[in-house]
Amino acid sequence: MTREYPDEPAGEFPSPPDTVTDGDGREIRYRSGSDDDTEALVEMYLDFEAEDRAQGIPPVREDPIRDWLDVLLSDDCLNVVALHDGDPVGHATLVPDEDGSYELAIFVVRPYQGAGIGTELLEHLLGYAQDEGVERVWLTVERWNDPAIAVYKKVGFDMISTESFELEMAIRLE
Amino acid sequence: MKVLLGIGGSDGSFEALADTVTRAEEAGDAVTVAIVDREDIARTPEEIETEVRERLAETGMDPEIRHLSGHPGSRLVELAEQEQFDRLVVAGGERSPLGKINFDETLEFVLLNAETTVTLVR
Repeated sequence: MTREYPDEPAGEFPSPPDTVTDGDGREIRYRSGSDDDTEALVEMYLDFEAEDRAQGIPPVREDPIRDWLDVLLSDDCLNVVALHDGDPVGHATLVPDEDGSYELAIFVVRPYQGAGIGTELLEHLLGYAQDEGVERVWLTVERWNDPAIAVYKKVGFDMISTESFELEMAIRLE
Repeated sequence: MKVLLGIGGSDGSFEALADTVTRAEEAGDAVTVAIVDREDIARTPEEIETEVRERLAETGMDPEIRHLSGHPGSRLVELAEQEQFDRLVVAGGERSPLGKINFDETLEFVLLNAETTVTLVR
């Protein structure tokens, strides 16, 4: 699939590791993730609210969650986790596509939503991606998911396709 | 049951063919295969028909195969209604590299506009 990316690259994003106080006064640590985080992320996704799932992810049961995380936490992908008191409360990931671009997704558990953690996660993931030389990032989002769309726009994503069920957005990093 | 199966040539559409044939053999469905011409699929309708026939040859079923030119979604919906099919089967919901399920334009059109009952194979 051919995607139209914005002509102008986005500005510079903050790199992980970093600690930022969220909107509810909690100290949230953002750091890159790896397969060492598998068990903690399996726990996080097992508790994930069904209504916060999007387009079939995260999977519901443990085995599919593990299969899915195996892909995301492999060396080809980039991950950032948001931790509170050492436990993951959010996770953002970039998975390479066939054409050298990366697909993005982001998840924040219910009690930590609405406190700016999604925005920070997104910015730190994009900062990490810039450090690693990633140039083009895209995502799809369900058209009724206004809070997510607002965050993606704020960070600098452009709407590139509104033709199917899901909206498609993209950003150029360099 | 009179079943119309839309085939666009994606891997998913051949899986839908296998599913539909298996079900037809058990339930005695009368299946018609409609090959649509999708711009996003590299294979030509003739190549798709060849593959459909090869796959059908293994099953012993010999459904009618038709070609629909023009807008795939609307042509499928039209044919299903005009010829009073009981069910329209389409494939869709391919997964992105990250595992997200995405509905393409043909599938969206069929789901929103078909008066016929639709089965989505994914």
